Amino acid sequence: MTQRSAPQRRHALTGSRIRERRTVMGIRQSDLARAVGISASYLNLIEHNRRRIGGKLLVDLARELEVEPTALSEGADASLFDALQGAAGESPPAFGPAPETGRIDELAGRFPGWAGLIASQHKRIAGLEGLVDGLHDRLAHDPVLAEAMHELLSTVAAIRSTADILVREPDIEPQWRGRFHRNLHEEAERLSARATAMLSHFESQGGRQGAPSTPQETVEAFFDAMDHHFPMIEEAGPGTIGAILVGVAGMEDPATRTLAERLLRNYAEDAARLPLKPFLAAALDSGFEPEPLLPMAGGDVALVLRRLASLPRSKGAPPFGLAVCDAAGALIFRRRIGAFSIPRFGAGCPLWPLYRALSKPMVPEASLLDLPNGTTFSAWSICQPAHAAGFGAEPVMRATMLLRPVEEKRAGSGGQPVGPGCAVCPREDCTARRMDSLVG
Amino acid sequence: MGTRVLLVEDEANILEAISFILSRDGWEVHGHGNGATALDAVARLTPDVVVLDVMLPGRSGLDILRDLRNASETRTLPVLMLTAKGQAKDRDLALSLGANAYLTKPFSNAEMVETLRDVARGVSLNGAGLPEQGS
Repeated sequence: MTQRSAPQRRHALTGSRIRERRTVMGIRQSDLARAVGISASYLNLIEHNRRRIGGKLLVDLARELEVEPTALSEGADASLFDALQGAAGESPPAFGPAPETGRIDELAGRFPGWAGLIASQHKRIAGLEGLVDGLHDRLAHDPVLAEAMHELLSTVAAIRSTADILVREPDIEPQWRGRFHRNLHEEAERLSARATAMLSHFESQGGRQGAPSTPQETVEAFFDAMDHHFPMIEEAGPGTIGAILVGVAGMEDPATRTLAERLLRNYAEDAARLPLKPFLAAALDSGFEPEPLLPMAGGDVALVLRRLASLPRSKGAPPFGLAVCDAAGALIFRRRIGAFSIPRFGAGCPLWPLYRALSKPMVPEASLLDLPNGTTFSAWSICQPAHAAGFGAEPVMRATMLLRPVEEKRAGSGGQPVGPGCAVCPREDCTARRMDSLVG
Repeated sequence: MGTRVLLVEDEANILEAISFILSRDGWEVHGHGNGATALDAVARLTPDVVVLDVMLPGRSGLDILRDLRNASETRTLPVLMLTAKGQAKDRDLALSLGANAYLTKPFSNAEMVETLRDVARGVSLNGAGLPEQGS
């Protein structure tokens, strides 16, 4: 028997699709035949796949049935067909017959939910396998990641085996079918949790067992623990820095201590220029909006943004996030906030106003940002010199971005779609994408 | 009565899925989820072949394999190891310790059935050297 290729088999079902579409539209066979200038008996042969059609007649039928010609000749969803074919060709069956690749159209038509599930599982498994390959080298040197990867792959193995059974075992008993559906659901949830945990591990590069290991990480953990607010400095100035750092874990390392002292001196300078008491009062009056506070800071936008991010939550300040980068786009300070992921290493999303500000020095910008996870943030950003530069000296430019979650998106506000950075962003069609996402 | 296989795997849903397909393929399947008591299970059930995950609670699958190969009763017991993709180190170690074959997760049910059939028949796979009988 001559084997037909998949496209040939798909074309062979053109008549079935014509009949199905005609029936859905409630058109009589004789009326459709008349409309395209053929006899009803000839259309009947076509609809039973006993006559091949193409060219003008296919185009005429598609026009009358109000679909694209390829929807009749190729089926409704070529990508779904390809995905199902890929899943079927992935491996030979455990036992019993091979997947009926000649009946993929029928499967997709009769069981669209199952077909979609198989296709999405196939895509997900392929994505995870690609991720595994990419991490091969790192696996050999990172026991925490190795264990996480083993758990993740065990989950994938459970999903694959269970899905395989559901797809390939037609006579499975109802109680087993229900059980495997439940297992599939459990494993999907576990996969999500384990993948999230693994990505968190990437975020904390080198932070094995949760312990910070670089000066930047140690100081950041200290600032996080203090909620980015230092009452002693607010009240008594930079002379208290030494006392603040007494007994703080990691400060015995000279590089870590130097970094912490520098950041706390910066904090003290900001606190001296915008003392807490009047600034907090004004911020409460303004609803913690930066713009009304600018006159207090002599128009220094970055100062206002930094000070807002250091206000104590206990005094009514809302949660704020802060990111500061240099002219190369390298992140030099961050205050993390909830659902807005600001990566410690590597770049964030190129669409963030933080980076846009670098190309528009001294132009403050307020914007609304929509994240893929459905949350919305208000963002205020500015790029300005870090210090006063003398005549003829090139200023050192830094961009600052303040973030505040929006409880309920204002109607019609039209937030700009942004992401958490290409590696973990699901926006596949983003024109700013520079690398494939690691998440499916 | 089919060939008796002991599955030592702590992921309950993998255990259930593999048990299901092997049972349908005619195997007598026993599952065990704890590495610490896996050797007891081997002694009690006297399986014809063992499927052993590398990463187990209580005790590593590699340690269990080492003990199986050091005991005269289980020196030639066919063992199929389950390792994670990308963990070449585990695979190499498993083979050097006397595993008859390995499968990397995620594997297909077809691969599992075919490989296990070969292992039970005494076919050496993945470059593994079968321990000599009576040595």
